Amino acid sequence: MITCSEAVKQLWEYLDGTVDDSQRDAIEEHLSFCRRCCGEVEFAQELRRFLATSRSEQIPDDVMARLSATLEELDRE
Amino acid sequence: MRVVLVAPMREPIAEVTTENRNEDFRTLAREQLPRLYSLARRLVGEEGEDAVQDCLLKALQRFHQLESRAAAPAWLTSILVNCCRDRGRARARQPQEVDFDEVEEFSLYRKIADEDPFPYSDSLHLDFLDEFGAEDVREVLARLPDLYRTPLVLVYMEGFATKEVAKMLDAPLGTVLARLHRGRKLFEKQMWDYAETTGLLREGAR
Repeated sequence: MITCSEAVKQLWEYLDGTVDDSQRDAIEEHLSFCRRCCGEVEFAQELRRFLATSRSEQIPDDVMARLSATLEELDRE
Repeated sequence: MRVVLVAPMREPIAEVTTENRNEDFRTLAREQLPRLYSLARRLVGEEGEDAVQDCLLKALQRFHQLESRAAAPAWLTSILVNCCRDRGRARARQPQEVDFDEVEEFSLYRKIADEDPFPYSDSLHLDFLDEFGAEDVREVLARLPDLYRTPLVLVYMEGFATKEVAKMLDAPLGTVLARLHRGRKLFEKQMWDYAETTGLLREGAR
């Protein structure tokens, strides 16, 4: 049996699939009866989704123009 | 006549001149510029454009090492990450002191539930995340030491596998996993601190 604290420490690794089988079983057993840690898992999933969909910064036109100019000049003889 | 390479790039082609090779590099790199710039901004903020410039110069010099066109995004990312790391070292920041014992015990989920910043909300935790715009996320990332920010961005924001990131950073997989663990704990803690210190939750209180 693991404690909430131990389960929470490994939640992202659990979601990443980088825990070993015994750790996974221990976490799933804990989640089967701990409502608060289920909330932790749901929030961890939301936070991961939030990071994955966090809007990329669009490249400004002037930066694109300068970097394209650099490319054109590279080793051009 | 311009020769345009198609994958795999090692296919024999007629007359691979230096100019053909450079033109091929330009075509490939130009397609990647928006993605590289966005990543560099996340990793080194204001120095993002300069880091991409460094990356282009280095990548052209090493273009012969690229084995296939499909590998180009990861290959360019790897070079960019190292350019960003060099810029981080050049900035000679004081090492940021982090109390990992405190961070290890921190749970953003519990903190939000305990502090209850949106008393009338049915979806407290989602409302918290909704307060963060792209600029806020960049600000929070900037508060993380480079060592932890880089794997966090590459895995959870750019979608690279941890094994690929270990290769990019030339670090053992176990080291990358440990840094990821600390990085996302720190990110959660910094999200809360940022929201508190910038008044994000007051502005968002409803």
